[in-house]
Amino acid sequence: MRKTQSILPGFGPALGYTLTYISLVLLIPLAMVFLKTLTMSWETFWRTVTDPRVLASYRLSFLASFLGASINGIFGLLLAWVLVRYRFPGQRIIDALLDLPFAMPTAVAGIALTTLYSTNGWFGRYLENIGIKVAYTPLGVVVALTFIGLPFVVRTIQPVLQDLDKEYEEAAASLGASRWQTFSRVIFPALVPSWLTGFALAFARALGEYGSVVFISGNMPMRTEITPLLIRTKLEQFDYTGATAIALVMMIISFILLLIINLLQNWNRRRMASH
Amino acid sequence: MKRKIGLLFALILVLTLGLVSVSAADRPITLLNVSYDPTRELYQDYNAAFVKYWKAKTGQTVTIQQSHGGSGSQARAVIDGLEADVVTLALAYDIDAIVEKAKLIPAQWQKRLPDNSAPYTSTIVFLVRKGNPKNIKDWDDLVKPGITVITPNPKTSGGARWNYLAAWGYALKKNGNNQQKAQEFVTKLFKNVPVLDSGARGSTNTFVQRGIGDVLLAWENEAFLALNELGKDKFEIIVPSISILAEPPVTIVDKVVDKRGTRKLAEEYLKYLYSREGQEIVARNYYRPRLKSVAEKYETQFPKVKLFTIDEVFGGWQKAQTIHFNDGGIFDKIYQAK
Repeated sequence: MRKTQSILPGFGPALGYTLTYISLVLLIPLAMVFLKTLTMSWETFWRTVTDPRVLASYRLSFLASFLGASINGIFGLLLAWVLVRYRFPGQRIIDALLDLPFAMPTAVAGIALTTLYSTNGWFGRYLENIGIKVAYTPLGVVVALTFIGLPFVVRTIQPVLQDLDKEYEEAAASLGASRWQTFSRVIFPALVPSWLTGFALAFARALGEYGSVVFISGNMPMRTEITPLLIRTKLEQFDYTGATAIALVMMIISFILLLIINLLQNWNRRRMASH
Repeated sequence: MKRKIGLLFALILVLTLGLVSVSAADRPITLLNVSYDPTRELYQDYNAAFVKYWKAKTGQTVTIQQSHGGSGSQARAVIDGLEADVVTLALAYDIDAIVEKAKLIPAQWQKRLPDNSAPYTSTIVFLVRKGNPKNIKDWDDLVKPGITVITPNPKTSGGARWNYLAAWGYALKKNGNNQQKAQEFVTKLFKNVPVLDSGARGSTNTFVQRGIGDVLLAWENEAFLALNELGKDKFEIIVPSISILAEPPVTIVDKVVDKRGTRKLAEEYLKYLYSREGQEIVARNYYRPRLKSVAEKYETQFPKVKLFTIDEVFGGWQKAQTIHFNDGGIFDKIYQAK
C-alpha cells in the first residue's frame, strides 16, 4: 500500500494539535458533565429532567431562542445587506455598534432592556397602552435573546455578501430576471450557508444565555423560568448532580438541533454544486 | 514561517505561565474573607480597623482580601476549592453545605463562637413608597387584594428565604401554630408577587428603578442602604409587629487555615467582631449589634420588634430548607398547584 501524500504538508502535527486543543478546551469539560450525571440512578435522573417545572423551562428556552434567532435571521440579513450594499454617513459607526451585544456584560444588557420595556419605561409605557406587556413575560425573554444574538447573522453574512460580484446580478438582469427573481434565485442561495451558520450561532448562544434574561423574565415558576435558571436553583440547593442532569439534557437537544442545521448546510451545498 | 509560528506558540506559553506564576508569587500574610453581597460596606470598614488593631498588637502587617457574591454561590466556590480562611455568609445552611460536601469545617462549628456564631443580626422589614400610600403596617396588609409585593426567588436567593420564613413564622404565631393556615397565608402572599428576581439586589432594583410594587421585603441593613443611597424623600421603612431574627454566621475554615498557617489570625479576626469596636462598626453599617452597650447606643436606629429564630420555629436551617425550599417542597407546591 502506498501512503497517500496530501498536497498540504503537516497533516500529522496539525491533527495532533487540533485533538489536544479540542480535548483540553471542549471535550474534557463536557465529559465532566456526563461523569457527574452518571452518579445518579436512572429513576432520579428521569424524575429530575421531566419535572413539570423543568419541562416548562425547556419549552420557554427553546421556543424563545428559536424565535429570537429567527427574528435575527430576517433583520440580520436586512442589516447586512444595507451595510454592504449602500454607503451612507455614519455607516462605520453603525457597523462597529453591531458588535456591542458581544462585548457588553449581559447583566447590563438585561437591566437596560428591562428599564426600557417595564411598564414605566420608554417603550413599555406605550406598549402597555395597546395591551402588550413585554417585561416579566415570555415576550421579554424573546426580546433579550434577540438582542444578544443580533451580531451573529450580520457578521456571518457580511463577508459573503461583500464577495458576491455585482456581475452576477447584472448577468441575471440582462437575462431578463426580475429584481425578486435575482434576489431569490441568485443572491439568496449563495447566502444560505452563512445565513444558516449565523442562525445556528444565534440560537445556540440564546439557549445558554443567563445574565440578561433573568432580569427581564421575572422568573415566575412554570411561566417565565428559563432552563439555565433552573440549573442555578439546583446549584443553590447544592444539588450538583441535578444541575448537571438538566444541563446534559439541554446539551443533547442542542447538539441534535445544531447537527440538523449542519446537515442542512451540507445538503444545501451539494444541491448548489450539482446545479 | 515555521519559526514564526513556533515563536508565537512559545509566546502564548510564556504568557500563560506568567499569569499563573504571578498569582502564586510570594505573598505577605493575607487573609481571605469569603462573604455575601450586602456585607461589602461592613467588611470594608471592619478590615481597615482590624488591620490597625492587629498591627498594634503583634506588629504584623496583614492584608485582608474580600470576596462577595450570592451566599450560595460563595459557599460553592469554597466547596470547589476557593481557599477562604474565613467565611461570613448569609445563612448557616450554606456553611453546613461546606461541612457536608467538602468536610473543611467540623460539624459543630456553630457552637465555637458566642450567639450561634453570629456576631451581628438583622431582620426583615418592609420598604414602602414615601407617605405609605397603601397604608401598609404589618404582614396582614401584604396579602390584601391589589397589593403588589416584591421579593426575590427563594430558590435562588438566600435573602428571599428569610423573607419567606418571616412571613410563615408570622402566620404561625397568629394562627396558633396551624401549619395549614400558614401555608394559605404564604400562598396568598406570593399571589401578590408579580416578579421573582434571582437576587436581593435585583429585587431592590425592580422596586426602586422600575417603580413596580407597593412594598419590598428586605433585610433591614439593605433597606437602610437603599434609603441612604436613593433618598429619604422617596421611601420609608416600615417595621412589622413580628419578624425573623436573621443570624448571618461566621466561621474559620479549619482545613484552609491549618494548611496556610493562619489559624490564629483568622480566629482573632472573627473574635474582634464581638469586641466593642467591632460592634460599633457593625451598628454603623446597619446590622444589629449583639453587645448590649452598643445596642443601647444605637437604640433609636433599630426599632423594637418581636423576633423569632429559625431554630425556635422551624427547627434549624436544614429542616427549613428540606421542607420549604428543596425541589418538591412547599414553595414549589405554591406555584405548581394550579
